[in-house]
Amino acid sequence: MSALARRNQGVESRRRTDWTMARFILRRLLLLPVMLLAASVVIFLMLRLGPSDPALDYLRLSRVPPTPQALDEARRALGLDLPLIAQYADWLWKALRLDFGQSYVTSRPVLPDLLHYLPATLQLAGAALVITLAVSVPLGVWAARYRDGLPDQIVRLIAAIGVSMPNFWLGFLLALLFSVHLGWLPAMGRDGWSSLIMPAAAISFMTLSINARLLRASMLEAAGQRHVAWARLRGLSPRTVERSHVLRNALLPVITATGMYVGELIGGALVIESIFGWPGVGRYAVSAIFNRDYPVIQCFTLLMVAIFVICNLIVDIIYAWADPRVRLAAESAP
Amino acid sequence: MTSSQSPRRLVIRNLGVETTRHGVAVTLVDDVSLDVRAGETLALVGASGCGKSLTCAASLDAAPPGVRRTTGSIAIDGVEQAPADIRGRLVATILQNPRSAFNPVRTMRQHAMEGPAARGAPAASREQRVRAAMADAGLEDVDRILDLHPFEMSGGMLQRMMIALALASGAPFLFADEPTTDLDLIVQRDILNLLLRLTRRQGLGVLLVTHDMGVVAALADRVAVMDAGRIIETAPVMDIFNRPTHPVTRNLLDAHLSLYPGRSAA
Amino acid sequence: MTSLDGELTGDLAGDGLPPPHAHGRASFWREARWPARMAAVVACALALIAILSPWVTPHDPNAVDLAIRLQPADAVYWLGTDHLGRDILSRLMAGAAVSLGSVAVAMALILTAGIIIGGTAGFLGGRVDQAIMRVADVFLTFPTIVMALFMVGALGVGLTNVIIAIAVTHWAWYARMVRGIVLSLRRRDFIAASRLAGASPAQTFVRHLLPATMAQLLVLATLDIGHIMLHVSGLSFLGLGVTAPTAEWGVMIADAREYVWTEPLLMFWPGLALFISVMALNTLGDALRDRLDPSLRAEHGH
Repeated sequence: MSALARRNQGVESRRRTDWTMARFILRRLLLLPVMLLAASVVIFLMLRLGPSDPALDYLRLSRVPPTPQALDEARRALGLDLPLIAQYADWLWKALRLDFGQSYVTSRPVLPDLLHYLPATLQLAGAALVITLAVSVPLGVWAARYRDGLPDQIVRLIAAIGVSMPNFWLGFLLALLFSVHLGWLPAMGRDGWSSLIMPAAAISFMTLSINARLLRASMLEAAGQRHVAWARLRGLSPRTVERSHVLRNALLPVITATGMYVGELIGGALVIESIFGWPGVGRYAVSAIFNRDYPVIQCFTLLMVAIFVICNLIVDIIYAWADPRVRLAAESAP
Repeated sequence: MTSSQSPRRLVIRNLGVETTRHGVAVTLVDDVSLDVRAGETLALVGASGCGKSLTCAASLDAAPPGVRRTTGSIAIDGVEQAPADIRGRLVATILQNPRSAFNPVRTMRQHAMEGPAARGAPAASREQRVRAAMADAGLEDVDRILDLHPFEMSGGMLQRMMIALALASGAPFLFADEPTTDLDLIVQRDILNLLLRLTRRQGLGVLLVTHDMGVVAALADRVAVMDAGRIIETAPVMDIFNRPTHPVTRNLLDAHLSLYPGRSAA
Repeated sequence: MTSLDGELTGDLAGDGLPPPHAHGRASFWREARWPARMAAVVACALALIAILSPWVTPHDPNAVDLAIRLQPADAVYWLGTDHLGRDILSRLMAGAAVSLGSVAVAMALILTAGIIIGGTAGFLGGRVDQAIMRVADVFLTFPTIVMALFMVGALGVGLTNVIIAIAVTHWAWYARMVRGIVLSLRRRDFIAASRLAGASPAQTFVRHLLPATMAQLLVLATLDIGHIMLHVSGLSFLGLGVTAPTAEWGVMIADAREYVWTEPLLMFWPGLALFISVMALNTLGDALRDRLDPSLRAEHGH
């Protein structure tokens, strides 16, 4: 483009309005049902085409002897004699009305039971996320500020331990120390803040280690950018520079990574719950897996996928708010 | 600054800059002294890699990571100053490649408000000064521009914004590090004219770093020539062009004049 | 490059590359710092124990003897006995075989799948590449534990299925990496030369592209293997992996659950074994990466 044309084109400017943000969110929201649909197809296919026979498991769990007759009846009752597409359509139709069938084990509707246990798990994962961010951000900033000094070495050591420790082992160790020996915190059950700390801490140790390292690297990279140098040349104090120009930019990759942490944290919650007697959805799901209780497995997986997709959507929205390049560039994309 | 008179002279004395490469200390700038006077533009010239940009940055303690200032001081009107005190207040800096000098996720307004806030200027007058400076720098439609992010602006506009921020700071001295190097030719000419007009009008003392002798001819009153980290010649601009004494200076001139066939250095 | 950068990288050979070093395993040992050396020693020791465990355990790891259950450490049973009277140390060693072995198998599966799928995508390019990468993206974005739980739910409980589940949830990253390398090398002359000489696409791939990818794959694998080990043992801890009486570190911790308050050492030793193994593998991975490919510093955890 010639210099003249560029002068004539002038500024490729966009007035930042709330409307651009709204359009961004809307577009991402539309993806949600699409992804859920795709996930449901995959889940459905995998279960139906899997090695086991749902009719057999149904009879087994209902304690009915699997005679050929009984099997036939069970197959018909479960709709397994219909073509696959019909089965899926039937499942989808019911699912859209929030009917995910009944558990082979309890014969109770699946979704209400799952939703009954879910909040506890989400609370645990949420607390773990808060701990992750609240601890790792100061640690990362500290390590970057005193690069290669003592704080940096300490954080590096903590992080090395954090990514190597099995969270269920850590959970037990914490319970031993703080419940049995010190008696400060309750070991079992879900009963107020004090019972939340230990399980949340056990879950968050790994993600906070990863995030501290990430933030440290991100800060060091941001600090080397030219705009930081110019900020100093303009006379801004070191603290202001660190806060407004280094940290502000360094947090962007952390926001992106948080989407990934959500998955790890929820997974961690599922494992840790049994240690602390936390009444979450983990135990229900694991016993459903043992029993091959397919309606529960199906609904559980779909629910987890939905939560994960929603969390990532929130993360993307936060990122778009934090990085104007994303939100404004999206506008001009064809 | 309690003196009611504006500062007349900035002196960089015995500046030394060093870095460590593969465990060995390497001197990048060696005993450089420069004298910048109000109302005058001192051009610091030399081939790429001779240490001129480093001189600018290091004198204000803004050297890149891994590079350190070993000796030297900076004094205004004979009084030695701590670089941290004068950055942005008594010495404003503009850089080449303005696009990377602005924070990509912040608006022009956010950039503009930072400086005055750091200087403790009263809140009411901050935006006023910036707007006036932006107009001086040739930016129209100030309202719209203040809301823009760097990626929404052209190189020329960003350079004008940079100059506006320097003006708004009210600093009597300006370090300009290759301010036109990355710009289109037409925009270069505009910016050069702008700098000339503004520095004359405000009586700024300018240290202009450049490798382009054309820019020197256009803007400079005096010239300091640098080579391999050392100042090898300092003279008024006409003397440099007509009677260069050092071979390095002569080479620079010859290279520049070779663009205009039929001429050569004296 | 700004003039400032120009001045920094001016005359001397400061070209931004890490200082050159000798290659080969011997020099790695010589140049590694002490954590890396210790990690290498520990990793080798673990591998040895895992391989030799059927012959090296002091007692039979599965020998139940309720008369001597829950005994503290003594001269005969160096770490004591568990709730069924089995020697803890022997079970730890046998568990090493299972824990490390299952991770090794999972890793092999992951690498194979990654190489084949990623290599195909990169080599064939075009629509095939796009389709495969879309699929890989889906696998990359979903949380591993949830996916693994679902896979075990679909396939059934058992160590084999846990290994398959872990492989399915982890292959995508490696496929992406292999594809990237293949794409960047595909246009090079030596590939064209190989094809002109009459080699089939598969042969070209194996002989020329594979060695180039191996170094990076190796680094990624050692960085990842600790993480995978934690996932495998986590699933086993939940009871979805090995069945009793097989010894495995995750399962041993689960078995010790009832006795955590009274006999905490039961839970402690297998967890410590896990911790040390993962730490050693991670440290080794870091050292390898720093030596071979520092550009991989970015985290990519699952």
